[in-house]
Amino acid sequence: MNIKNKIKITVNGKQMQIIPKFTLKSLITKLKMPLNKIAIELNKKIIDKNRISKIRLKKGDKIEIVHFIGGG
Amino acid sequence: MIDKRFKIANKIFKSRLIVGTGKYKSFSECAKAIKTSGADIVTVAVRRVNISNKNKARLMDYIDPNKITYLPNTAGCFTAEDAIRTLRLAREIGGWKLVKLEVLGDKKNLFPEMIETLRSTELLTKEGFKVMVYCNDDPLMAKRLENAGAVAIMPLAAPIGSGLGIQNKVNIKIIRKQTKLPLIIDAGIGQASDASIAMELGCDGVLINTAIAKAKNPSQMAEAMKLAVISGRKSYLSGRINPNLFGSASTTNKGII
Repeated sequence: MNIKNKIKITVNGKQMQIIPKFTLKSLITKLKMPLNKIAIELNKKIIDKNRISKIRLKKGDKIEIVHFIGGG
Repeated sequence: MIDKRFKIANKIFKSRLIVGTGKYKSFSECAKAIKTSGADIVTVAVRRVNISNKNKARLMDYIDPNKITYLPNTAGCFTAEDAIRTLRLAREIGGWKLVKLEVLGDKKNLFPEMIETLRSTELLTKEGFKVMVYCNDDPLMAKRLENAGAVAIMPLAAPIGSGLGIQNKVNIKIIRKQTKLPLIIDAGIGQASDASIAMELGCDGVLINTAIAKAKNPSQMAEAMKLAVISGRKSYLSGRINPNLFGSASTTNKGII
């Protein structure tokens, strides 16, 4: 794939480049995130984790992946 | 006197001590302190995953959410919208409905922003969340939170992380008298005696993070807090003597030589 064809997305505030039609599931797999320990937001909408293989990412998408950390 | 069970939103918990999981040196130190504290509820926060370091240890690897109740909080939220967004995400991680609402109004003193807190309580309750509410020690506001559907009232003893102990015992007593909801002191505990005092005032529980996590020996302090909560509760249930300005001899004068 030519680099010019890549699209830019933002994941947890950081820019990433992906190939077009890359799914949300592929992104989670690429980042090696354990699905049962995270929650995902796509453009401020919470995503049902059972549906991530059906979601294709688009240019400019903003993804937030969160988990639990220590807190009071 | 047999104690009634510690119940929040119809769920029974063994320990009246709730422990925070922040500020520890390591996850293993945190896990050890939680174990010695005997707590069966721990507070946790929702934050971004570090995507550049995929192998970084995770809280859930050290504290099993199937064995201990995770109470997601809204730390760092300053509006109802922030708090709702955070708790929806928390629910998505593991299906938790029991949550700790904490909407702050000022970065320096970390006091709760009560107007936003009240609004958030209403909105979250409508969404099916069971909301335990961090609040100031104002009895009128505590009443409004109760009417809005809060499942526990959690007034501060003093500013978060200050370790100053209970600053307004009178207000805590008034809130105790007016509510049947679980009343839990949240924030400001510094040492074990503070936790005992909270329980002696009639609180149902105490939530402690910094006083344990930042103690020189967190695990030992966690045990001290556990015992203090048990001790304070027993003291409260036993019915203290009336305080008297003058002395009253413990030994009878009868038979004196």
